Amino acid sequence: MLVYLVRRLVNVVFMLLVVAAVTFGIFFMVPKLTGTDPAMLYVGKIADKAAVEGIRHKMGLDKSIIEQFWLFLRGVFAGRDYNAGVDMTHCAAPCLGYSFKTEQAVWPLLLNRVGVDISLAVGASVLWLVFGTATGVISALRRGTTLDRVTMTVALAGVSLPMYFTGLVALAVFVNQLGWFPNSYTDFADDPVSWFQGLVLPWVTLAFLFAATYARLSRATLLDVLGEDYIRTARAKGLKEPVVIGKHAMRSTLTPILTIFGMDLGGLLGGAVLTEKTFNLRGLGYEAVTSIQSSDLPVIMGVTLFAAFFIVMANLVVDLLYAVVDPRVRLT
Amino acid sequence: MSNTDKPFLSVRDLKVHFPTDDGLVKSVNGLSFDLERGKTLGIVGESGSGKSVTSLSIMGLHRTGTKRGAPRISGEIWLDGEDLVAASADRVRKLRGRKMAMIFQDPLTAMHPYYTVGAQIVEGYRAHHPGASKKEARKRAVEMLDRVGIPQPDKRVDNYPHEFSGGMRQRAMIAMALVNDPDLLIADEPTTALDVTVQAQILDLIRDLQKEFGSAVVIITHDLGVVAELADDILVMYGGKPVERGPAATIFESPEHPYTWGLLGSMPRLDRELQDRLIPVKGTPPSLINVPSGCAFHPRCPYAELTGGRSVSEVPALAEAAPRHHAACHLPIAERHRIFTEEIAPRL
Repeated sequence: MLVYLVRRLVNVVFMLLVVAAVTFGIFFMVPKLTGTDPAMLYVGKIADKAAVEGIRHKMGLDKSIIEQFWLFLRGVFAGRDYNAGVDMTHCAAPCLGYSFKTEQAVWPLLLNRVGVDISLAVGASVLWLVFGTATGVISALRRGTTLDRVTMTVALAGVSLPMYFTGLVALAVFVNQLGWFPNSYTDFADDPVSWFQGLVLPWVTLAFLFAATYARLSRATLLDVLGEDYIRTARAKGLKEPVVIGKHAMRSTLTPILTIFGMDLGGLLGGAVLTEKTFNLRGLGYEAVTSIQSSDLPVIMGVTLFAAFFIVMANLVVDLLYAVVDPRVRLT
Repeated sequence: MSNTDKPFLSVRDLKVHFPTDDGLVKSVNGLSFDLERGKTLGIVGESGSGKSVTSLSIMGLHRTGTKRGAPRISGEIWLDGEDLVAASADRVRKLRGRKMAMIFQDPLTAMHPYYTVGAQIVEGYRAHHPGASKKEARKRAVEMLDRVGIPQPDKRVDNYPHEFSGGMRQRAMIAMALVNDPDLLIADEPTTALDVTVQAQILDLIRDLQKEFGSAVVIITHDLGVVAELADDILVMYGGKPVERGPAATIFESPEHPYTWGLLGSMPRLDRELQDRLIPVKGTPPSLINVPSGCAFHPRCPYAELTGGRSVSEVPALAEAAPRHHAACHLPIAERHRIFTEEIAPRL
C-alpha cells in the first residue's frame, strides 16, 4: 500500500514534469515561429534596445532552452532571483514567473483565480451528483414508464445543449427578466450571501449539463446491476426490496460513478472556460482564455500546470478510493 | 385444506408466460408434480425447457423488481399448505430464505463481490431473525461454514467471495441457503460451473445435509448423471411441459419417452465401450413462442411417423405407463417397450 502510494506519487511528479516540459517547449517555440521576442512582450513596443536586452538578461531569456527549463523548475520548488546587477527581483517559491502583460507574479494570480473554480466546481458537483444519480436511479426503477421517458429525454437534452445556450437562457430569464440573481461574483470571504447568490445560476446550469450524463450513466449501470446474479441471490435470501436496491444494487452502481466523478471534478477545478465566460466569472478558465489571446506565455504555462495538477491528483484519489470501495482491487 | 392431506410441495398446472415484443413466451406450460419432505426431485431438461423458470416461480423471484417483463403466472404452487401463486408478494418474500432457499449455478456471480462471505450469510440470517444480534448471527455463520466443510471457518468468514475457490464458494452458497434451516432447498445446476473433481463433493454435501436437515430438495440440471446420484424421483421437461415423470431407478432402467432416450444416449458413461459414440438428440430446442403443434418433440423425434400423424396434430397427455411412472407420448406402450429394448438399450 505504502509502496503503491510512493510509486503513484513519483508518477504524479513525472506526469507534471512531462506536462511542464511540453508546455515549456511550446512556450519557447511560439515566439520563434511568430517572430516575436519574449523580451519585447515584457517591455512593450516602444522600448529602446538597451532596455530590451536588459530585460532579456534579467528574465534569463538569453540562456539556452535547457538552462531556462532548469531555472523554471528550480523556481517552482526553491524560488528564483531575477538578477541584472543592481536591479534584482526575488520571486518566492513556488515561482511560475511573471505575466508578460501585467508583470504580476503568476502564482499569486492563479491562487487568486482558483477560488472561483473551487466554489463553482464544489457547488455544482454536489448538485449534479445528488440530482443526476437520483434521477437515474428512479428512472431505472421505473423503467419504461412515462416518468422514465420524460427524464431521459430531458437528460438527452442536457447532454446535447451547450453551456453557452443554457447559460445564456438562464441569464436572460433569471437575471435580466426576473432579476432574481446578480450577474457578478463576490468572494466568499467578502460576503457569503452575495457569493451564494452570484453562484446559483452557474451552479445550476453547470450541474444540469453534468447531471444529464450522470443520470444516464447511473440508470444504465443500475439496470445492468439489477440483472446480476447476486441481486437475485439477495432476493432469494428474502431481503426486503429497499435493502436489495439500496444496499446491494447501489453499492455496485456508485462505484463507476465515483470514477468519472473524480475525473470531472479534477477537470473543473482546472478551469471551466465556457461557464466562466458565460457568467463572467474570473477563474482559471477565464485566465487561460485571456492569456492565450494576448500570448501571455508565463500565465498559459501556469494555468496548464495547475489544471494538470488537479487532473493527475484527482486520478490518484479516485484510484485510492476505488481500492476502498472494491475489495477485489489490490493496490500493487 | 390442512397441512396433512397435501404433499409438502405440490405444483398444479403451473404456467409461466412471458409477454415479449415477439410474442408470448410460454416458458412453462402446464406442469404438475409433488414432492415430500426428505425426498429429492430431479428436474431434467435442456436449455429453454422451463426448468429454471419453474424454480424461480416457486421462489417467487419472477414477482420481484420492475413490473416490466414480469411473466403471467397461473396454476397453483402449494408449499406446506400455502398457495404461493395466490399469496401476496410480501408473504412469499418472508418464506424466501426461511422456508425455501435456493443455490445457483455460478457461485462467483451469485455472491456480491463487495461484501464478505460472512456478511452475506449474516444478512440472510438476520433478515429472518430480527432479534438476533450481530454476534449471534456471526457465530451462526461460522457454524454453517464449518458444517459445509470449509476449513478455518472463523477466519474464512471474513474473506470476500473472490478469495474462495470455486468449490469453496459453492459450499459457502450452500451455507448461506441453509442458514435458516429451510424445509425446501432448490439447487439450480449446482455443479455445472465447477470442476469435475469438485462436483461429486458438492453433490455428496447436498445429500448429507438433506439427511441431516430432512428438507425436500429440488435439483435442476441438464445432466442426468447428477440426478442419478441424488434424486428419488425424476421429472423430464421438454418445451415447457413434463414429458416423463417417475422414480429415478425406473427412469434409468425403462425410460418411456423418446426424448428421455435421447438424453440417456447423450450421457457419457464410464461403462460404455470406447468406440461407441455419444448419440446426440438431433435438432435444436423448440421455440417457446411458436411451440410445434401436437407433441412439441415431434420435429426431433425419430419415431413420430409411427403414430399415424397424431404426434403432429394432438398434444399427448401425461399418461400412466406403470405405477408412479408417467410419460407423454402417442406411441403405444408395447411399441415403446419394443423400440427401447431392441434399438435403444443396446446402444446405451
